[in-house]
Parts: sequence; structure tokens; C-alpha cells
Amino acid sequence: MLNTDFPVLSALIFFPLIAAVVLFFIRGDKNIRVFTLVVGLIECVLMLPLLGFNLTTAEFQFVEKHVWIEAWNINYYLGIDGISILMILLTVILLPLCVLCSWSYIGKRVKEFHFCLLLMTTACVGIFSALDFVLFYIFWEAMLVPMYLMIAVWGGPNKRYASLKFFIYTLAGSTLFLAAIVAFFIHTGTFSIPELMQHEYGFRFQMWAFLAMALAFAIKVPMFPFHTWLPAAHVEAPTAGSVLLASILLKMGTYGFLRFCMPITPAASDFFAPLMITLAIISVIYGSFVAIGQQDMKKLIAYSSVAHMGFVTLGIFVFAFRGVEGAIMHMVNHGIITGAMFMLVGLLYERSHSREIADNMGLSKHLPIYTGFLLLFSLAAFGFPGTNGFFSKLLVLIGVFEASYFLGVLFIIGLLLGLAYLMRLLLSVGWGSPSNASNWKDINTREWVYLLPLLLLVFYLGLAPGRALNIMGPSIENLLDNFERERHISEHANICNEIPSISSKLSYTETEILYSPELRTMEVANNTESNTKELN
Amino acid sequence: MVALLAVLFVQSISEKLKNITHWVPFGALLGAILAAFSPTAPELMFYESYQIDNLSQFFKALVFLGLAICSANAIRNQSLGKANRADYFFFMFMSSFGLLLLSSTIELFTIYISLELASYSLYILLPLRNNDPRAVEGTIKYALFGAVATAIGLFGISYIIAGQHTTYIHELATMSWSFADNPMALIGLGMFFMAFIYKLALFPFHFWAPDVYQGASNETAAFAATLPKIGAIVILVRLMALAPGVEVKTILAIFAALSMTIGNLFALVQRDVKRLLAYSSVAHAGFIVMGLVAGGSYGLAAASYYALVYVVMNLTIFWVITRLSDNGRNIYINDLRGLYSTAPVLAFVLAVAAFALVGLPPTAGFTGKLFLLNSAWGEGYHWLVIVAVINTALAIFYYLNLVRHAYTLDQVVPTKINVSLTGTSVAVVLAAGVIYLGVLPQSIFDMLMRASNVLFF
Repeated sequence: MLNTDFPVLSALIFFPLIAAVVLFFIRGDKNIRVFTLVVGLIECVLMLPLLGFNLTTAEFQFVEKHVWIEAWNINYYLGIDGISILMILLTVILLPLCVLCSWSYIGKRVKEFHFCLLLMTTACVGIFSALDFVLFYIFWEAMLVPMYLMIAVWGGPNKRYASLKFFIYTLAGSTLFLAAIVAFFIHTGTFSIPELMQHEYGFRFQMWAFLAMALAFAIKVPMFPFHTWLPAAHVEAPTAGSVLLASILLKMGTYGFLRFCMPITPAASDFFAPLMITLAIISVIYGSFVAIGQQDMKKLIAYSSVAHMGFVTLGIFVFAFRGVEGAIMHMVNHGIITGAMFMLVGLLYERSHSREIADNMGLSKHLPIYTGFLLLFSLAAFGFPGTNGFFSKLLVLIGVFEASYFLGVLFIIGLLLGLAYLMRLLLSVGWGSPSNASNWKDINTREWVYLLPLLLLVFYLGLAPGRALNIMGPSIENLLDNFERERHISEHANICNEIPSISSKLSYTETEILYSPELRTMEVANNTESNTKELN
Repeated sequence: MVALLAVLFVQSISEKLKNITHWVPFGALLGAILAAFSPTAPELMFYESYQIDNLSQFFKALVFLGLAICSANAIRNQSLGKANRADYFFFMFMSSFGLLLLSSTIELFTIYISLELASYSLYILLPLRNNDPRAVEGTIKYALFGAVATAIGLFGISYIIAGQHTTYIHELATMSWSFADNPMALIGLGMFFMAFIYKLALFPFHFWAPDVYQGASNETAAFAATLPKIGAIVILVRLMALAPGVEVKTILAIFAALSMTIGNLFALVQRDVKRLLAYSSVAHAGFIVMGLVAGGSYGLAAASYYALVYVVMNLTIFWVITRLSDNGRNIYINDLRGLYSTAPVLAFVLAVAAFALVGLPPTAGFTGKLFLLNSAWGEGYHWLVIVAVINTALAIFYYLNLVRHAYTLDQVVPTKINVSLTGTSVAVVLAAGVIYLGVLPQSIFDMLMRASNVLFF
């Protein structure tokens, strides 16, 4: 085990940021691309110390903690466990691939584009490693700006609508999340996430906090009634933007459920689980049906993401070990597969300048390798045995069946619908007619380079998922153990005492405790002073 | 400060020196440094009506800093005639002098006089813009209603005297301010507040802001948008430390909520950037009052910190607007089109300022807002916090619109924007300040905490 004091996570967060600043001084589009690619590769190398991850513990590892704002007890606090490490790995791996896949796609304002790309990496790694609520929120919001610019500047014809909708939707969702953060702080006096997990809260407080947080996460996931921003954003975003959206951004929502909703507000999660499960099932079925009807390839994949993320949410809220395991695996797998699918659509778009299925039919004869890739990734997306999609869906399925047979049946219907839209896409793109692909070039070396790693991951995680499961195992066990315990404790506490509730006004003494001792004595002095005055 | 004023006065009466104004910002900067390093133990002067403490020195430094930037901004004010150039600076400094007094005075009549000193200079300053009728219109509105507001404030003082028999804040602090004990004094205090709420452009005293901002020249608007509010905030901070009765607090909280909502809703439809900023300032006034309502040393420190943040953000965005306006005309949103290619640095600074005004991390706007929300929630104003966060979502549209025009749209008619090196570098420094205040608020906030703790003794 590598155990050094090297601040890996900080390096991963700030290296792209510094690189982004350096980027300003580089001239020439080609140089910028090469520079960013090198930065991406160095970032991958910087990630290597993470291989020293200890598989036997559920503790947070690679922890860095520095006091940031003492007056409010805000710390610069980073750390990862089995849930977040895979997402960080995925984020970092995607950076060089995104550079490659926008090599010829992005023609204007190249510098700004790569600037946004690097900032995105910073923010995403930050989100998955932050253990301080304020720090988390900072990264969470900071991620919006580069993503907004990516859609708004390099997007398709309807970019204005899509980018604004994306920004306002996600920001509006997270404002109440901020209120929840503030409420947690006032209640406990800390922003530290691990500490917040140790606290217990009354049921009403948990309920409101859960709703405020779940709204932010549900919009990000996106779950059924809040999903409308996603197709718009996906369709208009450039390829790299779509890849990042699908692979990383959507996972932040489900990550939020796992990291915040379940451990911090277990009783409320338990209470609202039927609602979340219902919404997840609706997302699966509705997303799949809408995907079947799409003519636009990107829209089809976007709606399929809604369905896939429904699987993930479902896996989380059945609260079974296999379900959660499958959900996290599927977060990673969906990131790989959908990222690759968007890349495939992107490189087809560079040839046909259209995303309509009708304009891109019958490729198998002229672009055999492309069709091969499409076939393999579609099979993985459907969950064909041997690919990674199969394994994670199987795990979720086991978890869901453990919870209820009825849900399991609905889940299987969702799976079948997935087959329907993917087969439709595959058949018409691969073997449909008329074909107008006669003089398009097949995949070139650069495209090979960015598709192959993803394909290898598809098969690695499909054939040998054991290592990934080992990584997350202890953390999930810990998560569910705490959840089971606290679910009951909270119910118990609910009966015994109902003090901390969000709507009851905090008494003066309660808030006082949060403040510094000197202040406390001072205020006590003030109180006595006024008391004596009243007496006089 | 007095020395600066004297020099300016000489300048304004002698013909020869009228155009030598380049030293002005440096003078103001010197003042800022002096204020920042001057003694910080509480000291009383002038028959105990003037107190020098941490709080006053912080706000003085802030006034000087703002003044330095405003006057640097105003040097290239093209809407000024040659004849009244030095007068312009004289009144600008006079007004700031009033504000400096305001940040140290602790006696109600002295406060009143300082306020008038600051206001009357501003009334003269505002219409100095190439005989533009809109400038006069804005000024008249501001002056007339301002006079009424201060008159009400004066009337309030009379009630306070009647109720509490003193006008010294430190004596008032020992008295009871609940409505049951002393209704007259509380009503008087409420009325006295009005004079300052008017300056702060809090709903329902906000209607002057759009007209004044739009009417005044860009440079003057930058001044009027920032500094007088510092004066109002420092007095409100001192008065809220009296812990007035819950009635006043509730009314202020309602005003704050309405102010945020109405300011943001009106800003959504504005096309003139200055008018937009005026409504945004109405919304921000609501945020600041949120900290005041929360009270306690945390709330007051948070409000003071937000005052600093507000001033820096606004000066930054006004600096950009002034640079863009080639002949002193008003800037419309469409004028921002294609800014990324004509002036990339200014576009970046504009984006930083706009995101700070929304309250997006990691800018100062977020940190300041977080402090305010924390203190308000801690005092039980849950509904106010919810209103505030929803308002953030409302506000995003119009600020984002600025950024969108600057970054994603191309100009219809390409125009070249000439920005001097100093113009760009000051803009970058300001933007760096916005981010610095967001990322490392520790030292300044600690200082403010100490300052506001002192208020409670």
C-alpha cells in the first residue's frame, strides 16, 4: 500500500486549474489541444497514488483537512471512500478522451473550450472528494459555469434555450440545498459531512432537509418530473459537453443520494423511499418509451440516460446491499457506455452533419469498424452478458427482487424497453436504407484512441467486476449498517423527544452554544444586565 | 481628508489647476491605507459624539477604497465640462467626507448632520452630466424624497429624545427597546431608520434608484451606487446593536424579503444595464438587511462583510461599464454583445462580477451570502432564508443574460473598444479582489467579528 503524505486529491483538483491558467498564455489551436491532452495524461498519472486505496476499511482515505474559515467552522476537508473513488477515476480518465473527441469537432474559440474542460475536471473531482458541505457546494455550483458556457458557446442551433434552461433548472434546485446546508450548520455547528453523519435529527427536520436536498439531486439525476432540461442540454451540447453531462454530471445526483440523503437523513430516506422508487420506475418506463419515439440520436441517448439513471435511483432506494452495489457499478458503467455512445454520435455528426437517424442509415457496409463499436456499446447499454452493463443491472435486479417481486417485474419491463430503443437505433444506423454513407471515412486513429479505452473498460468491468466490487464493498456495508441502525434510532428518537425540528424556532440558548465561548459569556452578561435593569 | 478637501477647494476656485486631477485616486488610496492601519482601540472624541473603533476604521477604509476607485473611474468622465471638473471631485470628496463622519459618529444629531453633509454633496454631484434632462429628473426625485426621508428621520429623533432622554448611542444601548416598555422610542427609532433605509434603497424606498442610476453619468452612478450605502449600513449596524424590539425587526425582515423579490423581478425585464444594476442593488439591500435583522455579533459582522462585498462587486461591474461606454452614454445589454472578442479581459471581469452578484461560488458574493444565511437561520428567520435562496434562482437569469451577451453573441456592427492598460489592470485587480474575498474571507471576517462584539458592550 502506498501511503505517502502527498496530497493526491488536492493535486487532482488544482492541477487542471493551474493548467487552465497557463492555457491563457499558449497560442495556436494545435498547441492548445496538445497541451490540454498532455495535462489530461499527467492528471491520469497523478491519479496513480489512488491505487494505494485500502480495500479493507470503510473510513475516508487520503484525507486532507485544513482550517479555512474559523469563525464559521468551515474546513478545507477532502477524502474519498469506496463510493467516490470510482467516480473520480472515471472523471480523470474522461478528460484526455474529451480532448481527443473534440479535436476536430470544436473549430472556434479553442482556447476557451479547453479552459472550460479543465475547469470542469477541477469541479467534478472536487465534488466527489469534498467532505465539507460548503466546499462541496462551492464545487457543485462552480461546475455550472463551464458547463453553461460549453453549451451556450459551442452548442447547436437551439443553444440559448438549452443552456439557460440547464443553468436555471440546476441552480434553482440547489438553492434550497443551500438552505438545508445552513440549517444543518445551525443545528450541529459543523459543516463536516462525516460529523454530520454521526448526528441524529428529529424526524420533521430530516423530512424537510431530505426534501430540500432531494430536489437538488433529483434535478441533477434527472428524475422523472424534473428531467426536461436534460434532452435539451444533451442535444445542443458539443460532444465533449454531452459526454461530461452524461458521464459525470448526472452521477452527482445519485452520488448525493448516497452521500447525503441516506447517511444524514436516514429516517426521511426511509419514509420517502416509496416516492423515490415510484419516480424512479416512472423515469425508467417513461424515459424508455420516449426514447423509442426519437428521431434524433442524441435525444434518444439522452432519454435512455433518464431511464438508466432511474435504474440507479431504484437500486439505491431499495436499501439492499446488492441494489446499492449495483447502483454504484451502474453509475460507473453508464458513464462509460453513454459517454462512448455520445462520442460515436459526435463522430458521425462530423461526417453527416446531422443527428437524425434518417440521415445516418446503413453504415455497416461503408463504416464497418464504426458499426462494430456501435454494436458493442449498444449491447453493453442494453446489458448483454459479458459487458459491464449486464453485471450492474443484474446486481440492481437482485436488490430490487429482494425488496419486491412487483418492482422486479416492472424493472424487467424497463430492461426490455431498453432493448427496443437500442435495437431500433442499431438496426437503422447499421443496416437501414437508403444509405448515404458511401464516401464517408471509417474511424481514424484518433477516434480509435479515444474509443478503445472505453471499450476495454466495458469488457474489463463486464468480465472481471470483482475488483471494483471489492473497492466499494466495505463502504457500502458501512453505509447500510449505519442506515439500518439510524433508521430505527431516529424512529425511536422521534417518539421520545421531538426537539430539533426545522419549523420550531430555535431557542436562544441553543444557538448560543454554537458561538464562541467568549461571546456566550458576554451574552450571558448582557442578559443578567438587562435582568437587573428590569428589577431596578 | 480635510487636507484633501482643502486642496480640492483651492483647485475648484483657481482656473489654472482645474485639469490636474490625476493625483486624486492616489490621495484616496492613501486615506484607505491610513484608515486601515490607524489605532483600533475604541476612542472617543468631540464630546463623546465621535468614536474611533474597529468598525469605524473598517468602514472608513472601505469608503476610501471606494472613493479611490470611483475617482479613478471618474477621471475620464467625458460627460463633464472642463469648468466643473474640479468641482465634481470636490463634491465627491465632500460627500465621502460626510460618509467618513457617519462611520464614526455615535450621537444621533451628529449622525443626522453627517448624513446631510453626505447627501447634499451627492445632490449636486448627480446632475453634473452634459445637461442631460434625465440626470436632472433623477436628481430631483432623489433630492425631494431624500429630504422627506431625512425629515422623517429627524422627527424620529425627537421621539427618541422624548422616550429615552438621550441621543448618545452608548447610553441608548443600556435602555430597553421593547414596544411594551417604551413604544414612543421604538417608533422614533423606526422612523430614524427610514432615513437610512432610503439611502440603502430598500423596498419600499427604492423607487429613486433606477432613475438616479439611469440619469446620472456612469461614473457618478458608480459612486452613488456604492458609497452612500456604506454610510447607511454602518449606522444601521450601530443602531441594530441596540437590539430593538421584535416589531421593528419583523417589519425590516418583511421589507428585506419584499426588497429582494421585487428588485429581482423588476431587474428581469431591464435592458439598460445601469437600470438593471439599480434593481439588483434593491435586491442586495434586502440581503444586507437580512444580516441586520438577524442581529447579534454574527449577523452584524455578516452584514458588514456583505457591505464590503457589495461595494467591491458593484465597483467592478461599474468599472467595466464605464470602460465600455465610449462617450459617456448609457450601456444597454445589447452593447455587451461580442465583448469576449473585443475586450476579452473586460469580458472575463464582467463575468466574475456578474457571477459574484448572483452569489455563485467561489466568488465573494457566495461567501457573503452564506454568512448572511447562516446568521439569519441561526436567529430563527427560516422563512427569510428560504425567500433569499429562491431569489438567487430568480436573479440568475438577468445576470446570466449579461454574461451570455458578452460571451455567446456576436456583434451586429463590429466596434472596437479602446481600453487603456490601466483600465484593464484595475479591472483585473478588482476581479481578483472579488475572488479573494470569496475564497479567503477569514482575516477580514475575524476583524469584523471583533468589531461587532465591541458594539455589544
